[in-house]
Amino acid sequence: MSNRMQVEFDAKSVNEGFARVAVAAFLTQLNPTLDEIADVKTAVSEAVTNAIIHGYEDREGQVYLSCEISGDTATIIVEDKGVGMRDVKQALQPFYTTKPDLERSGMGFAFMEAFMDDMEVESVLGSGTKVTMKKKIGAKEDVD
Amino acid sequence: MDCKYQLKDGCMRISMPKEVDHHNAEQLKKEADLLIGAYHIQKLIFDFAGTEFMDSSGIGVVIGRCKHMGYSGGEVSAEHLNERIQKIFVVSGLHKIIKVT
Repeated sequence: MSNRMQVEFDAKSVNEGFARVAVAAFLTQLNPTLDEIADVKTAVSEAVTNAIIHGYEDREGQVYLSCEISGDTATIIVEDKGVGMRDVKQALQPFYTTKPDLERSGMGFAFMEAFMDDMEVESVLGSGTKVTMKKKIGAKEDVD
Repeated sequence: MDCKYQLKDGCMRISMPKEVDHHNAEQLKKEADLLIGAYHIQKLIFDFAGTEFMDSSGIGVVIGRCKHMGYSGGEVSAEHLNERIQKIFVVSGLHKIIKVT
């Protein structure tokens, strides 16, 4: 089975909630556990927040979110056409943040990695960032 | 926003909102800092009883307030974490920084 959805929305913080709920609703067809849905919602929230705060630096822009189901795997892509990153490897380090003044914890990518099975980041300075995350749904029964 | 502050004898309990993300974290930080400063709060409790969702923005809220309280020698703790919020605390290491009851 394969199925795909795509949404585009303004880079406004109020849309962070919309984005994670949209993905969660789309994934219900895979009969996910509550824990799996919570993991995906957290990861989507991190990626979309990054696009808004870092990609567009709170300026206007569009965030592109897509979710594709293929078999029991969900692939979620969050993309912005913002400033991009010079050094992706550095950005992936836990606690690394370019915005300590905003009290960003520097845990965004670490959370995406922790809660999803796979994550890839492509970024081009001056043209934007694309985060691709995958998670197998129904991969494990809840232990305990 | 469904966030409430209870103050008593230098102690403030913050009833955290249903969802703690970047969007509602900003206002929460501002309000909490104002109250901490104005009422000389010595003990701060984050109450997560009503919280169903939190991302790393919430970590920033808690750590930021710890720093703020630290300057005045105050104490910070977190209460009523559901399984999900506990997971967020553990993954971020926050449970090692503040007292969780």
